[in-house]
Amino acid sequence: MSREQAGPRPKARRERIDRGVKARSDDVSVLASPRDLAWLLLPRILPLAALFAFPLLGRLTGSYWQAVMINTLVIALLALSWELLASVGLISLGQSFFFGIGGYLAGVLDTQLKVGPLVGIALATPLGAALATVLLLPLLRLRGIYFGLITFALPLLLMRLVETTGALGGTEGMSGLTALPNRTVELYLLIAALLATVAGFRRLSASDRGLVLHALRDNDRAVLAAGFSLPWLRTQAVFWAALPASFAGAFVTHRYQFVGMPAFAIEYSTLPLTSAVVGGTGSFFGAVVGAFLLVPLSELLRGFGSLRVVAYSLVLLGFTLGLPEGIFRFAARKYAQRERVVPLGEGPKCPPPS
Amino acid sequence: MSASFLKVHGLSKAFGRVRAVDGVSFEVDRGEALGIIGPNGSGKSTLINLLTGFVKPDAGTVELAGRDITGIAAHRAVALGIARSFQLARPFYRLPVYKNVVVALASPRSHRQLGSSLGDRDEAAMHLLEEVGFERDSAIPTKNAGELPHGYLKRLELARCLALAPELLVLDELFSGMSLSEIASVLPLLERIRAAGTTLLMVEHRLRELFRVVDRALVLHFGRKIAEGPPRQVIADPAVGEAYLGAQVNA
Repeated sequence: MSREQAGPRPKARRERIDRGVKARSDDVSVLASPRDLAWLLLPRILPLAALFAFPLLGRLTGSYWQAVMINTLVIALLALSWELLASVGLISLGQSFFFGIGGYLAGVLDTQLKVGPLVGIALATPLGAALATVLLLPLLRLRGIYFGLITFALPLLLMRLVETTGALGGTEGMSGLTALPNRTVELYLLIAALLATVAGFRRLSASDRGLVLHALRDNDRAVLAAGFSLPWLRTQAVFWAALPASFAGAFVTHRYQFVGMPAFAIEYSTLPLTSAVVGGTGSFFGAVVGAFLLVPLSELLRGFGSLRVVAYSLVLLGFTLGLPEGIFRFAARKYAQRERVVPLGEGPKCPPPS
Repeated sequence: MSASFLKVHGLSKAFGRVRAVDGVSFEVDRGEALGIIGPNGSGKSTLINLLTGFVKPDAGTVELAGRDITGIAAHRAVALGIARSFQLARPFYRLPVYKNVVVALASPRSHRQLGSSLGDRDEAAMHLLEEVGFERDSAIPTKNAGELPHGYLKRLELARCLALAPELLVLDELFSGMSLSEIASVLPLLERIRAAGTTLLMVEHRLRELFRVVDRALVLHFGRKIAEGPPRQVIADPAVGEAYLGAQVNA
């Protein structure tokens, strides 16, 4: 092997070794020690435990951080929705479209039918997802940037529609809606929704139907050549993705007892997108991790006053340039590997790769 | 009703002012193999796209087993047993090779045709890959499809088609990009596919190899059929020689 490297010869090189349990077959892991067990389970159990404990620690966290947590969970749901769309090759620049529709639907259900917040959310979630999917149907032949542009325009369009026609409360919105019982219920409702979404989306991805959906992103013509109707596949993907987003909208409506034009605000499109990208696309955990980092960060940066956007953008820039694979993948890789520095020039130079 | 399995009559398609396919008619019997040849840009791929539902014709009719399928949607064509490969083999490059085949095995067509006999889809996919010449015990089937060399990609295309249990198999330049030994390994498979009663339609530039498979050839030039018949006869046709030579001079 010829090496033409300028400069002095390095004295050591870094070696990365996959650490892992002692023996592993396709599905079965044989655990050698409690240490292995802890290594394997802790990263799964600890975040769950923290999530479940958080609502109970109201005294410790204070209501401000509880509110931040609620925001975080809402954005995480929207980011999961974004990630599912992205995994089938649909890049959404308008998550607030799904959010707003769920939100307004919950408002209408509350004022017209008076079903109460929990039933209202349970109804508004699938109905909102279905409505959003139907509205997107004519646009499902678009993909890539074209789909992105349309989804960017739709919430703006709906917002102007509400503003000019005065429908659904117009610029005033609908206020005085039924409230959710209390903060603890609110938090647990969101946590349950988050876990259900992650579990559901992961299950979908692991199924053959999910495989076909992911194949869509790589080459939709070949999926068509395998005998699948592309519009029908995309319709399914959009509906599943719309569910958590629509839920988030309905939830926020009842939490603030208000729904209005802010439901279509651009923050509900940009924050989920940046969360999914910073957390790492290609993984549902990445979307959640991204939201849990960016939303609290954005709160902390409030101290910068009007420079907050600048500081926030710099952080974003740093992450996208420094960690293009996303935080989740980077962390998972570091966790699964041991690094050691091997001095060069001693012993056999290059052991044959096994 | 005649016995022809595939009947194409007066099929035409124009893109703007270019008449890509211009009044092409031909018939293929069940189990027959027909080669479609012609210089670059003669309309071969468009003809395939018209037959498989990827492009809608401007005029003409296509009948499959006595049923009018003109302008049918591509996924419905698959449901009727038409499988096609692509000239430019683009796999699902983020999926493992065998999962590329599982996508096809998960389709409604496979489900209906193979159904419960399929067993585990992953295993069935491995089996199909083995059939088209992937070494089972190598690491290749579990690699990401994006890492496959070109010759393998073409065979992956073939496996994907076979997963659909086709009655009419349409292959768009299967041999291009394959080495001679790769082609040699595929030829017996194509023989077996024919022996099983599958009708074969092959667009090909590599005539010598093509003529080992097909009984008849059809020559396109500027979207028109200029010759049809047994390979030897077609090649001897002066119009065909002129079309190829003319195209080469112009190129």
